[in-house]
Amino acid sequence: MMQVLGKCAGVAIACVLAASAGTALGADAADESPDTMIKNASTDVLDSIRADSAIKSGDFSHVQKLIDEKIMPHMDFDRITRHAVGRAWRTATPEQQAKLTEQFRILLMRTYAGALSRVTDHKVQMVPTRGQDPGSNDALVRTLVVPSSGDAISIDYRLAKSDAGWKIYDLGIMGVWLGENYRTEFTSSIAQGGVDGLIKQLTDKNSKLSASGGKQS
Amino acid sequence: MNLPSFLRRGGAWCAAFACLSWLGGCASVPPGAGSNPKDPYEKFNRQVYSFNDHFDRAILKPVATGYQQVVPRGLRDCIDNAFNNIGEVGNFVNSSLQLKPLDAASDVGRLAINSTIGLLGCFDVANGMGIRRNKQDFGLTMGKWGIPSGPYLVLPILGPSSVRDGIGEIPDYFTDPVNYVTPTLDSYEIYVGRLVERRAQLLDASGLLDQAALDPYAFLRDAYLQRRRSRVYDGNPPREQDDDGDEDDGPTPSKPAAGSPTAQPGGESPAPATVKPQAAPESGDAKPAGAPQ
Repeated sequence: MMQVLGKCAGVAIACVLAASAGTALGADAADESPDTMIKNASTDVLDSIRADSAIKSGDFSHVQKLIDEKIMPHMDFDRITRHAVGRAWRTATPEQQAKLTEQFRILLMRTYAGALSRVTDHKVQMVPTRGQDPGSNDALVRTLVVPSSGDAISIDYRLAKSDAGWKIYDLGIMGVWLGENYRTEFTSSIAQGGVDGLIKQLTDKNSKLSASGGKQS
Repeated sequence: MNLPSFLRRGGAWCAAFACLSWLGGCASVPPGAGSNPKDPYEKFNRQVYSFNDHFDRAILKPVATGYQQVVPRGLRDCIDNAFNNIGEVGNFVNSSLQLKPLDAASDVGRLAINSTIGLLGCFDVANGMGIRRNKQDFGLTMGKWGIPSGPYLVLPILGPSSVRDGIGEIPDYFTDPVNYVTPTLDSYEIYVGRLVERRAQLLDASGLLDQAALDPYAFLRDAYLQRRRSRVYDGNPPREQDDDGDEDDGPTPSKPAAGSPTAQPGGESPAPATVKPQAAPESGDAKPAGAPQ
């Protein structure tokens, strides 16, 4: 339990998130290649975390601001949620879908906020990917987040091209894709309590997390 | 060789299982456990998971926290590097078995550089020279050879594994230089030290799993299986068929996905040749597949 946890969770998630956060910055460049966008954005997010001592000390409001301003604009959160919910998404009402998206967003934000504060001297390296069609509207971008000492963490992104440019719709940390991992959980929750059951479970979890304070990691 | 010590260790595992069957009663097993084709032993696994969790809370985490508080950072890094350095032996064996000469060469290079210039592994000098650690084990080697992972398996203390990776622990044990430390008592001390040291590294991450997951057991299982699959393919696994709500996928054929509610409990067990966990706790717990409740 510890090995995997350690690998996937600790600093790794922090940097990963930071890196994904970075994508927000490329907003004005709709025809930028997905690689360039990820590269610029990740580097920039890592830089801004380093520059903000309040984030390093775990100030939740600063972390939240960073996420809202720099990460969220580059994520297609509707699609992320759809992807995680799986087939039941199609049977959910629009209100249910909106609630799911909102609660899932809060959950991920709370979970990862603590990780961002652990970014120190990490650098982003791009990993070349083979066999991708440059004209495609779907792209895989692979990166390696390298600390000055210790093992590098792989962070991969799946992006889709929209009118507003490339948007991230899935994130892979050390080979573990977020969407796929949540899908099993969500599917079994829906099997037991329906879509409303899942919404309730997420809402309860979020209110518990918020009661225990955002600073906790 | 140290076969007797291996057997003695087996005895320790049996003892662990005895405790386990006692503690296992606390494990909450959700309805439908075992219906996921990747995890037919779910009921058993959840009990081991619960045992590990109790063990961690009661013993390992407090000890690791104490270690972190008492031992200064520099010394902890040194100890961590030294353990990693010892691990290069196993990395080299497995890189070779996977026919990766470049990796094998860098494993040997790291071992040579860090054992000498790095003062018996205390400093990871090779990393600074751009020779990165390439962690390998026999489970990954078997995966490279085309052996599927088999069902998910939670091992006592060691945590998430699979039938393949669990079997891989045995060759890993023999390629671990610590196994050849004499007297045997010293090697036990090193094992315990390593466990505490590894746990201390993860203290920052504690709670993250509980925070992120609705069901930490399932979340960790899926993360483990995904990660191992990705590693077997050197980070480039073929994409699995998505069965999700994306409209871009068009109407998806209704093939039950892993863990899908439509997967029938009581269907025939997909379990390949398996290791029966020794000293399985209570009746039926180690029985393959989701037998109907």
